[in-house]
Amino acid sequence: MNHETQSIQENELHAYVDGQLDAALQDEVSAYLAAHPDTAARVQTYRQQNEMLHALFDPIASEPIPLSMHPAARRRTFMPLLRYAAVAAWMVMGGAVGWMLHDSADNAQPAYLASLPQQAAIAHVVYTPEVLHPVEVGADQEAHLVKWLSKRLDAKVRAPQLASVGYQLVGGRLLPGTDGPAAQFMYQDAQGQRLTLYVRAHIQDHHETAFRFEQEGKVGVFYWVDGPLGYAMTGELSKPELLRVANTVYHQLNP
Amino acid sequence: MSQISALIEEQIPRLRRYARALTGDSSRADDLVQDTLERAWGKLNLWRQGSDIRAWMFSIMHNLFINQIRQNPSAHVFVPLADEALEIPVRATQSDGLEMHDLMSAIHHLPHEFREVVLLVGLEQLRYEEVAQVLGVPIGTVMSRLSRGREKLRALMAGNASPALRRVK
Repeated sequence: MNHETQSIQENELHAYVDGQLDAALQDEVSAYLAAHPDTAARVQTYRQQNEMLHALFDPIASEPIPLSMHPAARRRTFMPLLRYAAVAAWMVMGGAVGWMLHDSADNAQPAYLASLPQQAAIAHVVYTPEVLHPVEVGADQEAHLVKWLSKRLDAKVRAPQLASVGYQLVGGRLLPGTDGPAAQFMYQDAQGQRLTLYVRAHIQDHHETAFRFEQEGKVGVFYWVDGPLGYAMTGELSKPELLRVANTVYHQLNP
Repeated sequence: MSQISALIEEQIPRLRRYARALTGDSSRADDLVQDTLERAWGKLNLWRQGSDIRAWMFSIMHNLFINQIRQNPSAHVFVPLADEALEIPVRATQSDGLEMHDLMSAIHHLPHEFREVVLLVGLEQLRYEEVAQVLGVPIGTVMSRLSRGREKLRALMAGNASPALRRVK
């Protein structure tokens, strides 16, 4: 069969683009394209389509995988201990992937979301060193605290229980945010290490975003939007540890 | 069991990537992945040990997707760009966000038969034979859908790009 220059098939052009062409035909197609600039331009466009698809969607393959998709989250299979280990390993992996994604994620971030981690980090560094008045309303009045903050943020705010990851609620306070009031819940572990959960009402109609991460100096922030509220889990922890806490918060708020 | 579990797990990132490209909507995409995983676990006895689990799972997803379209055709005829679609992180090297936006919108103007083939080949890099297996169609059909899909995409992008190019600051 002599392909020469006229008998290159449409299928072979696509196979050429997709790297699925027999090695024997590779040179023939290259030669054909050199002699036919219009076809070469078309082939180039198809190639660009593939590249753009990858640029657009590859980041999704690197996102932390929702916990609900993990086999350990299925009801029947694993024993509880194994399940815990599997989920923990999963979160650590998610953290590593999230870290790699960090740079690329910044580009496409809307401004209102970008301010969330900064505000949370500032509130964190201002209030966590407080010895006498770390919070306005203590954990002993939790019901009142939650009711008050829900009223001020005009949304159902909850204080997640983080005992499973070693943190107790200290209390919370109301803060000024860029677009209105915000809330801060403070937690503390047995060593006195403090974490804060910053909650802000989101005026933009935004249903949900994936977890994002920002590092502000020593302070790491995992933040996300869920329904009418934006959340930022903030602390001076390693990224996987902080992700573990953020995941706990997320799953408690979305049982 | 745990080996199979690991095998299935390995497929999740790609299934999510494909589902997002296919549906253009992150929550619908993740629902589709979730359904695919549940179906895969439920039908595990139908998977032949040693055969390509990726193609098998993509075909489960394809069937679920097609069923959704049959049940609710209007939801899939035209998918408006959700806000979050614009938020998909774009690699730093790809500075032309506008072009990406056009691609996203162009993909969702493609009839789903073409969209599936263009994505399975171009994004998921499946071999043509695998695509035929996933979609349950002859390979000739795959090739013609690929060819027509890419041409449509090119035309859509060209149509979208020209007014944008004129908008010089």
